[in-house]
Amino acid sequence: MSTPRPTLETTFAGIKCLNPFWLASAPPTNCGEQVMRAFDAGWGGAVWKTIGEPITNVSSRYSSIDWEGRRMMGFNNIELISDRPIEDNLREIAEVKRRYPKHVVIASLMVESRRESWHDIVQRAEDVGADGLELNFGCPHGMSERGMGSAVGQVPEYCEQITAWVKEKARTPVIVKLTPNISDIRMPARAAKRAGADALSAINTINSITGINLDTFEPNPNVDGKSSHGGYCGPAVKPIALNMVQQVQGDPAAALPLSGIGGIASWRDAAEFILLGCGTVQVCTAVMHYGYRIVEDMQDGLLAWMTEKGFTTADDFRGLSLPNVVDWKHLNLNYKIVARIHEELCIGCQLCYTACWDGAHQCIHLDRTAPAPDITRTPAMVEAEAAHRISMTPIPKLDSGAGSHSNAITPLERIPRVDEDHCVGCNLCSLVCPVENCITMEHINNGLPSQSWEQRTEGTREVMKTNV
Amino acid sequence: MSEVTSFRLQFSSSPEIAARFEDIHPPLDRQAATVEANRCLYCFDAPCTAACPTHIDVPQFIKKIASGNLAGSARTILDANILGASCARACPVDVLCEGSCVMHRYNKQPIQIARLQRFAVDALHVSGNPLPFEPGEDTGRSVALIGAGPASLACTAELRRKGIRSVIYDARPLPGGLNTYGIAEYKLPLADSLREIDLLAQLGVEFHFETQVDADLLAQLESNNDAIFLGIGLGGIHRLGIAGEELAGVTNALDLIAGYKSGTITQSPARVVVIGAGNTAIDAAIASVRLGATEVHMVYRRGPENMSAFSFEYEHAKQEGVKFLWHVQPTAIQGFHSVESLQLARLAATTDGSLAPQPDSEFSLRTDLVILAIGQGTHTALLSTGRENAEIKLERGRISIDRATGQTSNPKFFAGGDCTNGGREVVDAVADGKRAGIGIAAWLEGKHVHA
Repeated sequence: MSTPRPTLETTFAGIKCLNPFWLASAPPTNCGEQVMRAFDAGWGGAVWKTIGEPITNVSSRYSSIDWEGRRMMGFNNIELISDRPIEDNLREIAEVKRRYPKHVVIASLMVESRRESWHDIVQRAEDVGADGLELNFGCPHGMSERGMGSAVGQVPEYCEQITAWVKEKARTPVIVKLTPNISDIRMPARAAKRAGADALSAINTINSITGINLDTFEPNPNVDGKSSHGGYCGPAVKPIALNMVQQVQGDPAAALPLSGIGGIASWRDAAEFILLGCGTVQVCTAVMHYGYRIVEDMQDGLLAWMTEKGFTTADDFRGLSLPNVVDWKHLNLNYKIVARIHEELCIGCQLCYTACWDGAHQCIHLDRTAPAPDITRTPAMVEAEAAHRISMTPIPKLDSGAGSHSNAITPLERIPRVDEDHCVGCNLCSLVCPVENCITMEHINNGLPSQSWEQRTEGTREVMKTNV
Repeated sequence: MSEVTSFRLQFSSSPEIAARFEDIHPPLDRQAATVEANRCLYCFDAPCTAACPTHIDVPQFIKKIASGNLAGSARTILDANILGASCARACPVDVLCEGSCVMHRYNKQPIQIARLQRFAVDALHVSGNPLPFEPGEDTGRSVALIGAGPASLACTAELRRKGIRSVIYDARPLPGGLNTYGIAEYKLPLADSLREIDLLAQLGVEFHFETQVDADLLAQLESNNDAIFLGIGLGGIHRLGIAGEELAGVTNALDLIAGYKSGTITQSPARVVVIGAGNTAIDAAIASVRLGATEVHMVYRRGPENMSAFSFEYEHAKQEGVKFLWHVQPTAIQGFHSVESLQLARLAATTDGSLAPQPDSEFSLRTDLVILAIGQGTHTALLSTGRENAEIKLERGRISIDRATGQTSNPKFFAGGDCTNGGREVVDAVADGKRAGIGIAAWLEGKHVHA
C-alpha cells in the first residue's frame, strides 16, 4: 500500500489555491506584469499592492539590518500603498485573471473610513474578477497618519465597523489584515470576526527605525536628512509573527482561516506557520531579496517534507502544533534535561564554556585533563594560565613531534565538561555551539510526576488577577 | 646617532624587483575582510592566540574588524606584537595561528588570520596615525640593544612604553635585521619592514647604524647602561669546506636575498644550484627563478622527509619550477675563473643510520651560480672574550636564557631571537624581545626597590 502523492493544492476560506504560497501585498505585486511573471515562477496567489486613492511616495523608501555579513536580516520600508491610478490596477487585475484563471488574485484595499468609499472599492475590485479582498488595516506608516491602515487596525471598534461595511457589499471572501503594532492582537482579530470577516492575515509590518548613520546622525532610510518610522519585516520578525499567529489561532473568539505573514523565506518557515494553523502563507521580503524564483524550493521542499511525514495535503498538518503552545503555568516543572557534549564532534571553540559561565549557570568546566573535576577554576584563571604559556614556531626536524599534532583532532583539554548535577537544562550551550548535534539536551528521568506551576501552587495563590 | 625620522624614505625600491616579486598573498579589501572576519567563531581561550608566540588576541582583533573598529583592531595586534604588520606577512601561519584554527574541524577552511591582521595594520599605516602607544614617563634608566632585528625592536617597544631609554646598535645601514633584509620580497617587501619601524621609532628610539659592536664597545655599553639586550642573531652561513668555494659565482642565500631586496642584485645567471633544504634555501631558490634563472636545482644530503623547510614552502618551490636532487653531497666546485659545475656524490644510508658516499657515484651538474644555504654560525665569540667574571652561559652556541624573562646567566644581560633559539621565525624573535623588555623593566624595578 502506498501513500498517495502529496499535493500542495488547498482551499483557503473557500478560495481554491494551486499552492499555499502567495505574494504579500507589497512591491512584488505592484503591477500585472510582475504578478504574471510570479505566477509563471510558481506562486499560487498574489495579494495586489494595496489599491486606493493614489499617493505620492518619497525616495528613499527601504532600509535594512545586516547581521554578521548576511544582508537584510531585517528590512523596513516607508513606502505607501499603490501610487498608480485605481483604474490601472483594476484593469491589470482583470487581465491577470483572464490569463491565469486558476491563480489567486486578492485585491488589497485601503480607502478613507467612509461606508460609501468602501462599498465603491469593493464593488470595483470584485467586478474585475478578484478572488477575494484583503482589508489593509495594518500599514504602520504614512497611511496611519491619514486615519487609515494601522490607525484602523489598532482600534477594534474601527476594525469591526469597516469590516462590517465591507461585508455588506462583498460577494468574495473578506480577509482582514492585522497590525502587530498593538498590545494584544486578539482584540482586533475578535472584532473582525464579530463583523463577519471570512479570514485574517497576519502580521503586517512592525514599527521600526532600522538604524542611525554614525557619520551624519541621520536615520535610515534617509529622505533629505530625515526619516520616519517604517514597517519592519524579513527573517528578524518571524518569531514575532509566529507568536501572533498562535495567539489568534489559539483564541476561539478570534480564530479564522489565517494567511500567515512575517519573515517567511523557505518551505520550513511555511511549514511552521501552517503547523500553527495558517491556511496560506504570504511572502514579500525574501522575494525582494532573491526574486520570484525562491518559490521553486518552497514547493519542492514542502512536498518532500510532506512525503517524509506522510501528509497528503496541508490540511493533514495544519494546526498540529497549536495544542503544544500553552500558558507557562501549564508547563511541567518536574521535567529535567541536561546538556551533553559529544566529544567526538566538539571542535574546541569553548563558546559553550564562556556562554555558560557568563550567560548562564556556571556548570560547564574545562577540567577533563585535571586530576579531578574542578568547578572552582574560573574563565579568568583559564585566560591567565594561557597568557603565561610560552609557545614557539614548530620547525620540522628541529622539534620532535612538530607537525605530528593533527589539527583534525580536538585536544582533550579543549573539550568542555558539563556538570550535570548543576546543569539547569537552559539550552544556551547547545544554542551557541556551532556544530550540529555536538551538544544535545538529554532527558533525565527523575521519577517525578508531571506537575505544573498551577498545580503546585493550587490554593496558595493570592495575587491580583491581571489576565483576561 | 640617527636623526632621520623615516627609514622608509631612505630607501627607494626597484620597480623591476617589485614586478618580479609580486605579493604572494594580496591584501583583502574592506568587504572581503569583513566577510572573513564574520566567519570567525570567537573562540574562548582561542587556540590561534595560544599558538601565536606573541599571543595576539586573534578573536578580539578579528571581532573589531567585523565591527568596523580598525584602529582598535590594530591596537589589539600591536599591543601584543609590535611587528604585527611584518608577522602578518612573514609568519608561517599554517603551523601557527591558522594551523590551530578550530575551523579545520568545522568547515575545513581556517580563518585567514594573517590576511586579516595585515588588513588591520595596513589600515593604521595608511591612516598616517602614530602607533596607539605613548612612551612612558622617563625613568632615567637606559638599555643598550645589540642588533636592530625583530628581537631588539620588540624589546625596545616594551622599554620605551615603560619610560626606559633604549639605544640600538647595528652593523647595517638600516634597521630590521632579517626582517628587513631576509624575508622573501613577495612576502614582505623591504620597504614595508621599514615603514613599520618608522612608527616604532616615533616612540623615541636611538639608533646607531653601521656600528659593529666588539668586545670593547660592549664593555663600554655595559658600564654606561643599566642593562644590555643581545639581539645579535646568527652569524654568516657555514661554508662547505670543499675545493672551488672561493670561485666567483659562489655566494650564500642571505647575501643573495639581501642583495636583491636592496636592489643591488636584479638578475640571476641561467643555471643555479642551491645547497641546503631549509626555508632560507627555498627562498634563495625561488628568488633565483624570479630573477630570471632558467634552471634551479636544490641539492640536499637527505630526503624530503628530513628537510627543515616547511612543507608549504617545499610545495611553493615545486610550483615555481625548482628541481630537487636528494641524497647527494657536493664534493667540489669546478671552474676556471668562475663556477662552471658542481661535483656531486650520491649518498646511501649506512647501517648506523649515517650517510656515506656511494662508490663511483660522482657526477657533475653544470651551473653558473652556487648558493650556500646550509645553516648559520654564531656571533657568540663576542661574548667569550674577556668575560671570565661575568660569564654569559651558552648552550650549543646559543645564548641560554630564562624563557620567561630573557635574562642570561649574567643578570645585567638579556637576550632573545635567533641567537637564543638557533634560528626561528620573526614572530619568535618578537616574542622573545617582548618578554625580555618586560623582564628588563621588572628587573630594573626590583633593583630599584631593593636599593
